[in-house]
Amino acid sequence: MEIYLDNSATTKIRQEVMEEIKDVYENNYGNPSSIHRKGLQIEKKMEISRKSVARVINAKPEEIYFTGGGTESNNIAILGHLNNSSNSEVKYNIITTKIEHPSVYNTFKHFEENLDVKYLGTDETGKINISELAESVDENTLLVSIILVNNELGTIQELDKIVETVKKKNKRTKIHVDAIQAFGKIKIDTNKTHVDTISFSSHKIHGPKGVGGLYIRSGCRINSVIFGGNQEKGIRPGTENTPGIVGFGKACELVYENFQDETDKLYALKEKYGMRLKEEIEDIKINSDLTILGAPHILNVSFKNIKGEVLVHYLENKGIYVSTGSACSSKAKSDNRILKSINLDRDYIDGTIRISFGYFNNLDEIDYVILNMKESINEIRKFMK
Amino acid sequence: MYNVLAVSFGEIFLKGKNRSFFEKKLIEQIKLSLKGFRDVVVYKDQGKVFIETKHEEDMDGIINKVKKIFGIVLISPCIKVEKDVEIIKDKTKELFKYLCSKKEIKTFKIDTHRSDKTFPIKSMEFNADMGEIILDEFENITVDVHNPDVHIYIDIKFNCYISSEKIKTVGGLPVGTSGRALLLLSGGIDSPVAGYMIAKRGVEIDALYFHTYPFTSERANEKVKHLKELLEDYCGKITLYSINILDIHKAIKLHCKEDETTILARRFMMRIAEKLALEKEIDMLITGESLGQVASQTMKSMAVIENSIEMPILKPVIGMDKTEIMEIARNIGTYETSILPFDDCCSVFAPKHPTIKPKLESIKRSESNLDIEDLIEKALSTLEIL
Repeated sequence: MEIYLDNSATTKIRQEVMEEIKDVYENNYGNPSSIHRKGLQIEKKMEISRKSVARVINAKPEEIYFTGGGTESNNIAILGHLNNSSNSEVKYNIITTKIEHPSVYNTFKHFEENLDVKYLGTDETGKINISELAESVDENTLLVSIILVNNELGTIQELDKIVETVKKKNKRTKIHVDAIQAFGKIKIDTNKTHVDTISFSSHKIHGPKGVGGLYIRSGCRINSVIFGGNQEKGIRPGTENTPGIVGFGKACELVYENFQDETDKLYALKEKYGMRLKEEIEDIKINSDLTILGAPHILNVSFKNIKGEVLVHYLENKGIYVSTGSACSSKAKSDNRILKSINLDRDYIDGTIRISFGYFNNLDEIDYVILNMKESINEIRKFMK
Repeated sequence: MYNVLAVSFGEIFLKGKNRSFFEKKLIEQIKLSLKGFRDVVVYKDQGKVFIETKHEEDMDGIINKVKKIFGIVLISPCIKVEKDVEIIKDKTKELFKYLCSKKEIKTFKIDTHRSDKTFPIKSMEFNADMGEIILDEFENITVDVHNPDVHIYIDIKFNCYISSEKIKTVGGLPVGTSGRALLLLSGGIDSPVAGYMIAKRGVEIDALYFHTYPFTSERANEKVKHLKELLEDYCGKITLYSINILDIHKAIKLHCKEDETTILARRFMMRIAEKLALEKEIDMLITGESLGQVASQTMKSMAVIENSIEMPILKPVIGMDKTEIMEIARNIGTYETSILPFDDCCSVFAPKHPTIKPKLESIKRSESNLDIEDLIEKALSTLEIL
């Protein structure tokens, strides 16, 4: 028995995607930069993928740039927005949140020497305060970067309000959105939501690992931060990961076709799991919103007198895979930052786990999972009291 | 440059009648240690052991491995040639040129050792001949017999060996010449060092690792396995056993006083280790205890812990400071792995205020609440070889 509930970490690839990747390796192995027919064939396939990716966020294909993954997209975007702004007499500022993924958080840290960096706090649900944002943006604000769906909690930020607030205070301020957990899970419409850059990743939506994308709004210019050939218009030079890109395209196609049914299913899973846990286990805190106000696939829960890490190992022994929100080993120390930001009770922080759902999960698994969680928690609590 | 490595043994020459046994063990260990290299031959020439490779580029790698073998005190990379005066001359010049390319040389000395008395030229005479050749060939060089920049050794046995460098190695006795011991290997800094030190005196090591999965991670196993592999460079093949003692911790937690937890758990570990050792015909245990380092390593604690078994426990780092232990760990290459964070992450079982002066009577009273034999048997049933 294997029940994989760690889909926010990464997902299992879908068979349809696998077949496309295999075909590229076996038959369409050309380099899109080659001028011969073999190059043209794969270039065409890549452009079809670009369309499939663009469609998920209602963007134009030419606004999509393929990258090596989510972290790389965030870096290219943030560094690209800020690269020629540090040698100035004016002290510029940039703004992000306390609950960013390390790929944004640490990139912002990197700029602390030259710029004023502001980290917005959150309320107990993980949402930022719009008026705090409004107060923070001024005529010297270069960039605001927001994680649309938080990777630990599943909290969705009110992006439209954020965009409106920022642009009202300073039209020139750029907005970057880390949509790595949001992409394909909640609706993003770049036609209505005027942000400048958006990053996303393939392996979170049952596509291959090592490939991601960056949306750059037409008209928005960012500086190159990696130098090489002219692939991806110089934004991400280097021979394209064509099997990855084609696989990513296929994964997007599958997401787009069944968007409503799939997200409905994920919401149902989140709600049912949340309710059952609340009913059947004592001393529990549900940190995620169980309704459509939160992301469909992330359920963060904390148990009193539990070590999340130990619970993860108990469950892996039963073939159930979840992840910790916090760990007492240094491996994931930084994640405490997010739980601290929502002011989670100290007694609960250590006992936090994240359950995250995907395409391959269904409600048939719930009885087995809840039963084993109950048993494991009872067992662990014997040691902890 | 070099195609042969000369190996000098240490104390084993003192061991009289046992010498051939020690030598055999050592050659076995050399062969085992060099398993990963192609076309290596270990042979003896007039009583001395040599390692020959057909691939000169492997020599650095071979030196790195042989350096770590206990029982060897000195190694010397050599050029092996036939006993032909002309060839010896050419190769000596070649070696000298090579040495000049590595460092600045102003003075040198030739040192011939003629074990093969059938070789027509006497040592002193040969020194002079070869010295002259070097002086003719290289400019601004003089002979200095007292304090030369380089020494050239020419060793004439059945073959002739030309060398310059003598590398000091770890010493000790060949592993397997002093019996076997069972090392209680945790993921920490001290126990690998303890194992290393006892192996250095010729002891063959088996290791035992206690874990509390699922309270610890499977990654902790990987870490201990890696430490074992690092130690194997010195100790030869180590069998690593693992035993799950979660049920013992649980029983202690439920039935005993909190401040005695660690002492009680350690007594169980000793009993289990002794039982396993007896079963495997091993005579002693090894631990990485260092006096006063933690609550379970005070004099009183250790006395109470040891009282649980009869088998002697070797504690080679008992009188060392942490910094001294760390230095050895760095030298033998286990330190970086030992400080990885995977073990002991959950301090669930460690009492907040552990006793540092446990009383044997009190500990025995606590243990009377437990079915000791049953817990030990159950723990032993989780035995695995990692």
